[in-house]
This record gives sequence, structure tokens and C-alpha cells, in this order.
Amino acid sequence: MKKTFTVVALVLIALALVMPASVFAAEKAKYAIVFKNTGNPYGEKQMEGFKNGIEEQGFEAILRAPDLPTAEAQIQIIEQLIAQKVAAICIVGNDYDALVPVLKKATAQGIKVFSLDSSVNSQARLTHVNQADSEKIGQTLIKAAYDMAGGKGEIAILSATSQASNQNIWIDFMKKELAKPEYKNLKLVKVAYGDDLRDKSVSETEGLLRSYPNLKVIIAPTTVGIAAAGKVLTDKGLKGKVMLTGLGLPSEMAEYIENGVCPYMFLWNPIDVGYLGAYTGVALVTGKIKGAVGDKFSAGRLGNYTITKAPDGGTEVLLGPPFKFDKSNINDWKKVY
Amino acid sequence: MTEKTSTIDVNKPRGLRQYQWEIFLVVLFLAVNVVNSFLSPYYLTLDTFVSTPMNFLDKAFLVLPMTMIIILGNIDVSVGSIVALTSVLMAVSYNAGLPMPLAMVLALVISTTCGLINGFLQIKFRELSATIITLSTMTVYRGIAYVILEDRSAGRFPSWFSFLAWGYIGKVPFILIVFVLAAIVFAILLHTTRFGRMVFAVGNNKTACEYSGIRTRRIILGVSVITGLMAGFTSLFLTSRMGSTRPNVALGYELDVIAMTVLGGISTSGGKGRITGPLISIFLIGFLNYGLGLRNVSAQVLLIILGFLLILSVLVQNFTDRPRQKAPSKSGKSAAPTHRSDAGSGSDIHGNSA
Amino acid sequence: MQSQDKMQTGQSADGLTKAASRPDASSRAETLVRNTETYRELGLAIFIIILSVTFQIRNPKFLSLANIKDMLANTAILSILTVGMMMVIITRGIDLSIGSTMALAGMITSLTVSANPGISPFLSLAQGMAVGLAAGLTIGVLVAYFKILPIIATLGLMNILRGMTYLISKGKWVSAYQMSTGFKNLSTGTTFGINNLIIFAVAIYIIYAYFINQTKTGRYIYAVGSSPDTAELIGIKRRRIILLVYALMGLLAGLAGVLWVSKFASAQGDTAVGYELNVIAATVLGGVSVAGGRGKVSGILLGSILFGILANALPLINISPFWQQFIQGLVILAAIISNVLLQRRNDRLALKKRVI
Repeated sequence: MKKTFTVVALVLIALALVMPASVFAAEKAKYAIVFKNTGNPYGEKQMEGFKNGIEEQGFEAILRAPDLPTAEAQIQIIEQLIAQKVAAICIVGNDYDALVPVLKKATAQGIKVFSLDSSVNSQARLTHVNQADSEKIGQTLIKAAYDMAGGKGEIAILSATSQASNQNIWIDFMKKELAKPEYKNLKLVKVAYGDDLRDKSVSETEGLLRSYPNLKVIIAPTTVGIAAAGKVLTDKGLKGKVMLTGLGLPSEMAEYIENGVCPYMFLWNPIDVGYLGAYTGVALVTGKIKGAVGDKFSAGRLGNYTITKAPDGGTEVLLGPPFKFDKSNINDWKKVY
Repeated sequence: MTEKTSTIDVNKPRGLRQYQWEIFLVVLFLAVNVVNSFLSPYYLTLDTFVSTPMNFLDKAFLVLPMTMIIILGNIDVSVGSIVALTSVLMAVSYNAGLPMPLAMVLALVISTTCGLINGFLQIKFRELSATIITLSTMTVYRGIAYVILEDRSAGRFPSWFSFLAWGYIGKVPFILIVFVLAAIVFAILLHTTRFGRMVFAVGNNKTACEYSGIRTRRIILGVSVITGLMAGFTSLFLTSRMGSTRPNVALGYELDVIAMTVLGGISTSGGKGRITGPLISIFLIGFLNYGLGLRNVSAQVLLIILGFLLILSVLVQNFTDRPRQKAPSKSGKSAAPTHRSDAGSGSDIHGNSA
Repeated sequence: MQSQDKMQTGQSADGLTKAASRPDASSRAETLVRNTETYRELGLAIFIIILSVTFQIRNPKFLSLANIKDMLANTAILSILTVGMMMVIITRGIDLSIGSTMALAGMITSLTVSANPGISPFLSLAQGMAVGLAAGLTIGVLVAYFKILPIIATLGLMNILRGMTYLISKGKWVSAYQMSTGFKNLSTGTTFGINNLIIFAVAIYIIYAYFINQTKTGRYIYAVGSSPDTAELIGIKRRRIILLVYALMGLLAGLAGVLWVSKFASAQGDTAVGYELNVIAATVLGGVSVAGGRGKVSGILLGSILFGILANALPLINISPFWQQFIQGLVILAAIISNVLLQRRNDRLALKKRVI
């Protein structure tokens, strides 16, 4: 028994040392994207867009996502990518700061690091690919609420949990926008947190409706929250009395846009975001851009882009203005994502 | 659970045979490495073997006390939450002005206190199983972390703090050195000291120990305190690796730690085991994860694999346990009341009829 | 062992001693007062009333009919799951995999409905229950026949089932527009003016109460949990009972999964992550002892309601959501500790009444 073990073990080790080098041929450069967690259709579409963009340019794409939306899990994945000597890492961060040490390690090994959607500390990234101008998002949503409320009334925000940077940035911009004189008749009564959990978002929405019976509009800049709110408003027959808008997935919101509970909402195409990320990554690796303000590059079917200054001190690339979904176009988009 | 007619097993294998499970693990480990190197050309480098452990060694600090816990016949699912709370409090206190070294000491104090609370609850409310107690404290500890830090993160530690998780002494990672030292201490503690022997004894037959005058309460308390302390170590290294912390760190750690321990051959019926098994399985699972990750295997598949591994390892152990412990009665079922599940006293994990 | 007086109240929690005694008329009054289980329930009920009053003061909308209906509907799913968990905990087990079972059952059912919109919603229910049953049977076999600890078996299966959910869904969600109206009405529709979910829950509780208190198998479950070896000695097929218990839990989890995705009109890969803790909390709150062999249907009903109030009321009274986990943990701790203390008191009283 013991002898057999030893022999088998020795043979295996010998094989291991001899074989691998010959088995692998030369490979294309690899570009990796790491999303926040798995099982998220928005993330899947982003990664799909990234993959299309990378393969369009003749390289290989690696798509990774951890099963829990934590920073530790992403650190492990990044370590594995470093070992695979990828050309670039596109990170959708679960945490602004926690990934800095491992990303710096990647940079030290020559890998180009940039973030997408949910940014990481500007010191650890070359640039950030942002879906849309955060300020514009805030402005657009407030304007929508204003129009839906008929110029005055109470509004509330149903958020997720700010595990990643975007939610609070948008809410801050919304509050700033509300402070402007033209919105003086619009009152923000509460910011509720649904934690991106379906049942919690439902409870929070019901809570809002109970506590503020004169509520006119709910703004939910999170895909889970807006869908949950849509369901609650539909079930309670509040269409027309309480309006809903925010950022939502067309597939999730199709029902509520068609039945009128949500007159219109916004998002951007995550496929395009990923696609833009792909071109940004290649441009960084080939040296076309360095991630500094003013750098220009071409992003395939999306056209030309220029890098601009980001609110957190780093730089960013903006995809474009948010896209409006309403009754007229929801049918086309609900099957896409 | 399986009964023993005598705790002195006259047929216990001697010599190399008693390391059967460890040998099996070592072979498995080699096989994993071979497969990994086939799967990816990036695997077989010195760097892999030296720096990859830095990724999972923080968890490994928890495997050491978990070995003791399971030998004792208990289980502890609150370890991840203790890590989270400790990490959060350390960060918050540092940012509030406490000097970093003191904050680190505070971290260890807090984690040990959490362990103390766990132990205290277990000895005061002996009817309750460790499972349910640690399930509750798990929620409470992490809940406190959320109350303190909500959805923010805290960090901005001094730059020397990252040396803990990222630093090398010569060519060897610092965390590896600390871990090896800790493992040696644990091995000595568990296998040579009186305390260690008593842990085995209590795990084997708690009631008999109590009637024999062994202070079972102190043992349980001691093990819980040690667990808390090690959770503090984990917290230090984990926080150092990330440079910042949130209330949701160390989520899911308990599953990984329990899996590593159980895979290491520590039987969940308690009372037996050796530290060597878990030590090997730490690296086994760590490198397995890493190798699969190098092939970019998706997280879903990894989940399934880990779940299977856990169940499989317990299954195999239960199978290899049985022949040696068959009672001389003719039915395979337990014919005599188990000495562990006395009526009225609570079920720890053996009292469990399943 | 149990005091014989407890037989009086009709619902002794310990199956083994129920058959034994004759009621003694004069001590019936004392029994009612001294019965700590009634104490426990009374305590729970009083706590619920106190909480409700407090919440009502902070927000007058709390006790409105509409809000109560909302809370009941939201708690219905939780209460269905506590039925299964009660049986599991009575037999000294635990099941951490129900969240994943719910997700898998919900996802499979939704995908089927999305591809075949004409399918009858009852068929979907059956499908979900079948998925849950399969999961439950697997756990039952592992625990009963392979002697794997429930916490380990369910921990492992929790991961496996969750991974399967992600794989089957290929990372996508099933959204409202892909679900047939019939399917969505499972949870949101009404029958005779009462929300369907509430009807499901009530039906299940009635069946369950009969099963656990009046049938042989039901009492056997208590017996196995109370003293597994004695149960085996007197001929109860312990392993089959344990298999049954986990199978039922799985079945209920599958049902709950379908109801969940129907209620929220969305099936996600991370549906109900961590939900098992809520279920365990509600069950334990209801007085089901984790030492095994003890628990009452009325208890878990109250436990679910209390838990439902806690979960649903917090947004109404402006308690920061970040306090929720902490409060829940404290409530669980308080519940299990008070259970122990009450039980000790009960045992002490029983000893005192012994005729030597």
C-alpha cells in the first residue's frame, strides 16, 4: 500500500514537471473583467459587451465574478488573473479602497488596471469607465420626478445599499439639484434602503406609502428597488396616484411601464458600457492613451471618446447621457436585457 | 451517533497506518497540483507556492481552533462575524485617534471577548447546543458591526500595516511564518499538554468527564477563548490584506473553515483527530481554489465543488470509522443508550439523533 | 421527564409520556397556572401586544387594516417555512439550506412558466414542491442513513443548490413580463377576498396541527426528538422519521420558493440568501426547543407573527435598517435563553411534585 502510493506520487510529480511546457501553444493577449457578483443580469450584459469588444479587436476575454459581492473574493480573483499574466484588468469594484493593495500589485507587474461602473480608488486605477455623468443622472431623475409630480409635492428615494460608490454619489447630486430654486416646491421626505433585496425593498416601499400618504413620486435608482416598488404600486392599485421612476432594467420594468405605474425610467445599455470598457482597455495596453485628461481614442461602433476629469480626483470616460425607457420603446428593449 | 464500547481502541493502527487519512490527503494534494499544472502553464512557478498561500492563510488561523472545537464535539459558526466585528472596531478606533499598535491590541482583546461570550453562553446554558448559540451570536456580532459602520468602509491605515499580509522576510511571506509558529503552538497544545488531552476526553464522553472531576466547563471556556483570539489574528491579516474594512468582510468564512477542518479528517462525532490533517487540507483546498481560478472556473461551479467536498469528506470518514467501532451486539443499530445524549441535558452535536 | 399534570392541557409537547396518565380533576386549575408552556405563549403574546402598541404610537398607520393585511401576507411565507423547521428542530436537527432550495425551486418553476406561459399555476406549485422534495430527501438520506451531521449536510447542500440555481439560470433573472398572470396571482390574487398567501398558510397550519398532534407519525416525531435511542428501543423507525422530517421541510421550502417568486414577480439567483436564519429565528422564538422534543404549533404561529412585525414594522418607525440584524440577533438570543430558563423552572417544579 505504502509503496504503491509512493510510486504513484513520484510518477505524477515527474509527469507534472515534464509535460506542461509542451502542451501549451502561444496565446492571444488576455483581457479580464471582474464584476461585483455572479447571477446579476446587468453584470452579465456588461461582461458580454466587454467580451464582444475584446474579441472584435482580436484578443481573448476572461469574465469573472465572485459568488458573494465582497472585496475579499475579488482580491482572490485578481491574484489569479495576475498569475495568468493578463494584459489588463477591468474591475467593477465591490469596495472603493479594499482592492487597492492587490491592484497596485497588478500594476507593478505591468498589468493595466482600470475600473468600470463602480469605481475604485483613483490611485489604483488608470481611469474609470462611467456609464453616465453622475451629475446628469441626478439632474435627469429630479427633473423626471418634478414632471411626474406636476411641479410640487413629496418625493422619496428608495436606494440599495451603498456597497459600491455609485448610489450615494447619485443621491448627493439629486439633493444638490433639489436645492435649486426651481425645485422649491418639491420635498424629499425620506431616503429608504432596500439593500437590493427583493423582500426588503417591498417592505421599505410599503413603509414609505404608509408613513407618507401624500407621497407623489418614488425615485429608485436601483434595479431591484424600482422593480419591487413597481410591484407594490401595481398590487395596491396606486397607478396614477404615486408615480415611479429611477434606474431600472427594461426586462424587469417592462410590466410596470406597460401598465403605466412607471411612466418612464432611465438606464443605459450595459452592453455598451462593457464594450466601451473593452476598447478603453486595449487603448491603454497598446499605449494609445495613458488615462490622463484629454486622451482620445476610438471605441469601435460607439465612436470617439475623450477622457475627462472625475469627481474623485482621478479621470473617467463617460459613455453618454442616460437613455429613457417608456411605453414606446420598452417592447424592443425588454428582451435585450 | 456511532458508539464505542471502550474508548481504548485495542485495534488502533500503529505506525504509519494511523496516518492513513493524512497520506490520502497528501496524495490528493499532489494530484491537485499535477492537474493544476496541466490545466495552466502559469501554475508551476516558485511564486505560486510561495505567494498563493498568502491568499488563504488568514482563514487558516481559524482552522487551528476549529479543529479543537470539533474534537470537543462542538461547532462554531460565528467565527466570520467575530472577524468582521473585530476588524470594524479596529478601523474605527484607529480613525478615532488610537495609535495603530494599540488598535491592533484592541482587536485581539475584542475578538477574545467575543470568544469568551460564546464560551460563557455555552457553559451557562448547557441545554443549548453550540450550533444554536453560535448561530445567534453570529447574527449579533455582525449586527453590531453594521450598527457601527453601516454601509461605509473604514481604513486609511498606516502603510506599515500592510506588511502583515503582503510583507516578506527574506523570501518567505510574513504571514506564513506567523502561521507556522501558531500551528506548532497548537500542535503542542493539543497533543502534548494536559489541556489538550482533556479536550479529547470531553469530546469523547462529556458526562464521564464531569463525573470524573474534569472541569469540562473550563475546557469549553478555554477553547472558546482561544477561538476568539485566533479570530483576532485572522482579522488583523485580513484587514491588512485589504487596507480597509466593512461590516460584510469574512462573509462565508465559517463554511470554508469548517470544510477545511472536516476534510482534514477531524470526525464530527468528536473525541479524536490530529492537527496534521487540517494543516494539509488548508493547502489542499487553497491550491485547489487557486488552480481552478487560474482556469477561470466560474464561481457557481466552485460553490458546488466546495459543497460536494464537504459532504464527501464526512461521508468517507463515517465509512472508515464504522468497521473499527462496531459494537459486539448483533444489530447494527445502537442497542444501548448512548452515553452522550442523557435525557434532559442538551444536545451538543452528538446528542443529535441524526 | 414531564410532569404528568401536563397531560391535562391536551397538548403535551412530549410524545412519550402523553398516553400514560389519568386526569386528576383537582389539580387541573393548578396545572393551567403552572404550565410554563402556557407562560411562554402568554409571554410571547403579551410581547407582541406591547410591541404593536409601541409601534402604533410611533406611527398611527401601523394597526390599520391595510397594514395588517400587508404584514400577514409578508409573514405568510415565513410561517409556512417555520412549520417545516419546527419538525426539523424538534428532531434535534437544523436546516440551513432552505434559502437555496427556495431559490432553486423558484427559478426552475419560473423558467418553465416563462417558456410555457399556458401552464396551470397549480402545476407550477407541484413542480416547485417536487424540486424541494428532491432536495429534502437528499438531505434526509445524508442525515438519517449516512449519519452526517445536519449542520454539515445542509451547509454543503446550501452551496450546491445555490450553485445549481446560478448555473440553471445562466446568470439571468426571470422578470415579471415573462410570468403568466395566473402564476403571479398565486401570491397576489385573492380568494373570497382574502389574500391567497394567507389562505395557503392557514390551510397548511390546519393540516399540520392535525398531523403533529393527532397522528401517530406526528407524535413519533416528538418521540424521536425527545429521546432518539428510547424511541428506537420501542420500535419507532427513527431513521424513517428523520428522512420524513427533512423531506417535508424540503417540500415546504419548494412551495415557499414558488410563492416567493410569484409574490415578487421575479426570480433571481440570489433569492432568499440568508433567509434560513429568519426562519430559524421565528421557530426558536416560538418556543421550539433546540434540545429537541418540544414545540407547539401555536408557538411557531406567534413566533412568525412576532418576527413578521419586527421585520415589517422597522421601516415604519424609522429605525435605521442597520440596526435590524443586531436586533434580530438579540431577539433570538433572548428567546432561546428564556426558553432554557423557563424549561429549568418547569423541570424543577416537576421534580418538586414528585411523589416519593
